[in-house]
Amino acid sequence: MTKFDAIIIGAGHNGLTAAAYLAKAGKSVVVLDSRDQPGGCASAKTLGAGFTVSDCAQWLTQWDNRVASDLALERHGLVLGQAKRTIALQASGEHLTLTQDSVSGAGVTSADQAAYRAFKAQMRKFTALMNKAYQSRAPMLVEHNWTDRITLMKLGLGMKLMGRANMQDLMRIIMINIYDVMNEHFDHEGLKGALALDAITGTNMGPRSPNTVFSYLHRLIGEQFGFTGPKQVMGGMGRLGEALAAAAKAQGADIRLGARVSRIDKTDDRVTGVTLDSGESFTAKVVLSSADPKTTFRDLLGYQHLETGMARRVEHFRTRSGTAKLHLTLRSRPAFTGVTEADHGERLIIAPTMDAIETAFNPMKYAECGDQHVFDISIPTVEDASLAPDGQHTLTALVHYLPYQPKAGWSSIKGQVLEDLIGELEHYAPGISQLIIERELLTPADFEASHGVVGGNWHHGELAIDQALMMRPFPGSTQYQTAVPGLYLCGAGAHPGGSLMGLAGKNAATELLKQGDLA
Amino acid sequence: MNAPSRDTMLLTTPFHSRVAALCGLNDWGNWMGYTTPNAYFDVELEYFAIRSTTGVFDLSPMNKYRITGPDAEAYLNRMVTRNVSKIGVNRVGYAVWCNDAGEVMDDGTIFRLGKEDFRLCSYQRADDWLEWCRLGFDVTIHNETEDIAALAVQGPTSCTVLSLLGLDNLNELKPFGMAHYTFEGAPLMVSRTGFTGDLGYEVWVAPEQAEALWDQLFERGKDYLIKPIGSYALDIARIEAGFLQAHVDFVPAEETVRPGRARSPFELGLDWLVDFNKPLFNGRSALLREKAKGSRYRFALLDVDGNKPAHHSFILKGDKQVGTVTSAAWCPTAKSNLAYAQIEMPHGAVGDELVAEIYYQRELHWTRLLAPCKVIEAPLFNPKRRRQTPAPPY
Repeated sequence: MTKFDAIIIGAGHNGLTAAAYLAKAGKSVVVLDSRDQPGGCASAKTLGAGFTVSDCAQWLTQWDNRVASDLALERHGLVLGQAKRTIALQASGEHLTLTQDSVSGAGVTSADQAAYRAFKAQMRKFTALMNKAYQSRAPMLVEHNWTDRITLMKLGLGMKLMGRANMQDLMRIIMINIYDVMNEHFDHEGLKGALALDAITGTNMGPRSPNTVFSYLHRLIGEQFGFTGPKQVMGGMGRLGEALAAAAKAQGADIRLGARVSRIDKTDDRVTGVTLDSGESFTAKVVLSSADPKTTFRDLLGYQHLETGMARRVEHFRTRSGTAKLHLTLRSRPAFTGVTEADHGERLIIAPTMDAIETAFNPMKYAECGDQHVFDISIPTVEDASLAPDGQHTLTALVHYLPYQPKAGWSSIKGQVLEDLIGELEHYAPGISQLIIERELLTPADFEASHGVVGGNWHHGELAIDQALMMRPFPGSTQYQTAVPGLYLCGAGAHPGGSLMGLAGKNAATELLKQGDLA
Repeated sequence: MNAPSRDTMLLTTPFHSRVAALCGLNDWGNWMGYTTPNAYFDVELEYFAIRSTTGVFDLSPMNKYRITGPDAEAYLNRMVTRNVSKIGVNRVGYAVWCNDAGEVMDDGTIFRLGKEDFRLCSYQRADDWLEWCRLGFDVTIHNETEDIAALAVQGPTSCTVLSLLGLDNLNELKPFGMAHYTFEGAPLMVSRTGFTGDLGYEVWVAPEQAEALWDQLFERGKDYLIKPIGSYALDIARIEAGFLQAHVDFVPAEETVRPGRARSPFELGLDWLVDFNKPLFNGRSALLREKAKGSRYRFALLDVDGNKPAHHSFILKGDKQVGTVTSAAWCPTAKSNLAYAQIEMPHGAVGDELVAEIYYQRELHWTRLLAPCKVIEAPLFNPKRRRQTPAPPY
């Protein structure tokens, strides 16, 4: 039995970030992860000899620049690619191209361009405000704590400073859906579809679902961290996990891979440590879990060790996702119609209209797979040839929407769904199916199995206002401290939520050092 | 044939034909959706049947849940505040259960029928909460409210009367014990429990045996002056005995809508039911905090001067209002004017002298009475026969 100041469950990006910050503050930290590589959803795998694919997240859209500099991630090997433009593919071959503040392409008028600039400028005001809340623990509204009061005052002041019109707009749209907001601002169907895709990635929501404005802003917060577009991690997404692990180790954290935590140990009043499925036990002053809340409370702690009201909150926490991942290795670069050779390295999306997205969402609601899907495609080998043998390529795509558990059962239909998806790509990249060497489809259920995220939800829980800020993951377990003394959350299930951002891990560590059990 | 009738808005119990025949006053109430008699013929005489002979109360509407399975004990232990592992097989325990905030949701009795077999009787319908509590436990929960007919047979001659039904050695049954018999070829269970504070039993049979049980009981009990009793008479008896009534002396926590209106076990004087030395239970952390910080209210038994029941009275300390009365009755046997009050801390300690502001009306004339009262430690009615084993042969 080994004793530490802190045990961190999960060597995902948040777990490692928390470990690095705690170790930096002189705490003894051990990070335990069942997988054999660090990074969690920031990881890569080989798919056939010589090919590397990101096996969960494929883009970096909002990695917090402060975390990057605090932990000197560049020194530990993190190299990011260029900010990508988004090329919104249209069946006609007349595509749109979006950057942070410009849109061009067939049918885009100067009025559309002006509307886009104005829209993004306003959204940037909103994400600036959100960023104030994202950089620290979420303030409680009624606890009368000075730290929280100051945060609330900052947020209140920030709202005031946006001006009355912007403040009213934010209040008005934050709870509604991206579909309505897009229609308020734009006429161009392709543009609306392209933007709406950002609102639904990794969620269980369609463009008409409430909360999609919030999830859009969440995604857009990357602009506050200097992202003008999505980036790929050079050498593969696994390099982010490796850089974080190296940074944590450099601070003295002990990282144990292939160490599956089977349970969190506790007395009646306090968490005391964890036990691995090998039987090995660790004790610590605190346990931080970067696993999702359902895994943490239901599987590792066990509902019988929680009070019923809390067990009920865990059970109600929404963790479904409709995002799957398609991996292809290709003999040569595919040719998307109407896309220049160089542009194949940009972000290619197939989300021609908002209705197309919503139509793709509908069957998933009824546990069916549908026949039209929405794609967010990366051909990382265009920018980074190291990921495939010479002249060959990989293509990864986020695919929306596929259900967690289709009625027919994945085992009987997965092969066919995979072929159907390739068939859909064939419309945009004729001949692509002839180039394929290896093919793989990861469903939400596969993500759950491979990465331990319940429901396959990358955010560890739906990104929605009722599960955000001072309500994430649920009342009674916010501000990283759970209702169980000694147990902290430091993953995407805690404020400010998912996507590769690093903030949940950083904030949890900061909080724990400032006023938690390690203060 | 004995299934509850669905023809009316209120259900009827398996004893309804017999109850209705004796309910001369035709004074009916609604108890948890069942038609039940408030009074049969005379509230005072019914009350005196409990204290002097035998009173029979139909408690079939009581919510009954069967909880079975390997985790049944652990499940109940996590749900209620007392230590269920200390309740032996064929024993019964009174319990309360709380939400995570340590507020009392309900009270009831736990019957341990076997190592992994319990019956929980609750005031409230508890299906939803029991299901939520099941997360993480291997138990089966069955609402058996309609599967069981039950009579409370209470009073000094109750043991004698029941023994005449062929329930051998019933007098040997200890308080809170259970015994199993055969009646009309079917199982019959007797527990030495009740809501009257007197010698008394509760008899549990299948609905099919209900009418026969009633008939034989009243036939054999005739010479012992057996009487049916309604809820009004029972209410006097329970106040005299010091028993809390959900929805009267506390509001079940999940039904409160205004903040702060729920009560903790400590605030209801039920400290003895809270066991911090057992595994985690609902409300544990909140109750530990309360224990350290102090409670907001104290539950007080008040011996009020005079004979005017202090219904809904304000309780004063000097000029300051420090509490309110939840239950009050003139208790004929104890010959005391008893009231239960929720008193703001730090007032209401045993011996504290307070004043009850009583309003009563005589022929449309309201009178305000400031009756001195004193906090007493325990109910004044507590007869030896309640505990005696063997039960005395009256």
